[in-house]
Amino acid sequence: MEKKLVLNSKWCKGCGICAEFCPKDVLAIDHEHCYVVNEKDCIKCGLCELRCPDYAIWLEEEDK
Amino acid sequence: MPSKLIESTMRTENLPHIWCPGCGHGILMRDVAQAIDNLGLDHDKVVIVSGIGCSSRAAGYMDFNTLHTTHGRAIAFATGVKLANPELTVIVITGDGDAAAIGGNHFIHACRRNIDITVVVFNNNIYGMTGGQYSPTTPTGEKGTTAPYGNIDYDFDLPELAKAAGATFTGRCTAYHVPQAIKLLEAAIQNKGLSMVEGLSVCPTYYGRKNKKGGVIKMYNWQKNNCIDVKKAEKMDPEELEGKILMGEFYHKEKPEYCEQYEAIIEKCGGNK
Repeated sequence: MEKKLVLNSKWCKGCGICAEFCPKDVLAIDHEHCYVVNEKDCIKCGLCELRCPDYAIWLEEEDK
Repeated sequence: MPSKLIESTMRTENLPHIWCPGCGHGILMRDVAQAIDNLGLDHDKVVIVSGIGCSSRAAGYMDFNTLHTTHGRAIAFATGVKLANPELTVIVITGDGDAAAIGGNHFIHACRRNIDITVVVFNNNIYGMTGGQYSPTTPTGEKGTTAPYGNIDYDFDLPELAKAAGATFTGRCTAYHVPQAIKLLEAAIQNKGLSMVEGLSVCPTYYGRKNKKGGVIKMYNWQKNNCIDVKKAEKMDPEELEGKILMGEFYHKEKPEYCEQYEAIIEKCGGNK
């Protein structure tokens, strides 16, 4: 099972917690929303999902 | 479509929630949901009870049996629910003002009775919903709209208060330290008796702005750098611990639980005939 980073920009309030504490600098904030800048470095640790106060980012398992 | 956890534990039609950008309450609410999910509890046998305040909006978002009650009275309502049906897992989500000021008496007496309820206090150090008045957990010297020159009160140490009042499980977690918080909440829910967990939240809008804490990221970094696990703290010097806040499981003791004691009295008087 591969894991994939999913974002819901409708719920994102752009607080910046995910980007600040991402250990691999995968995320950034622009125009008050989080977005992925560097997906290939993502180690799927899931810390962004745990710390997002608005449940706007998470890891989803996808069948390959 | 949100994540599986959110889909199964939240009323997603009510999301996004009302809390401000960067508010720690969303993280703490997810921790509670994750702990319930990890324990594999039947959602229909879980009751979330809340009072009034920012924290207490949680009962509206969480998809369990929920009760959004009057200010300070969440624990009183929860006591009624638990006594009426001891099979249920009753979790109170309350705030620092709701639990320690308006509901202070209910709080200490529930601890004294050791009734099997888990009280999770989302502590943001201020009354957020009403505009930033100082609360019983606003640190001495810090500002609120009702303490423009600094608060002269001493703040409550809630886990210590709960322990002194008779709670059988106490601990503290933070919005930053998520995996530790989930583990602590799981242990608290499993304790047969009154469990009290203080969840240190972050209020960037009122507490942060009033006290010039430098915004969301600085406030979370403060938690990261200043909250130390109680087990790690045992090996540290008192000087190193100056100004630090301890977290983790503080106290856990076996003691007869209130509903069981009540059942024993019914049996003694002839049983449920």
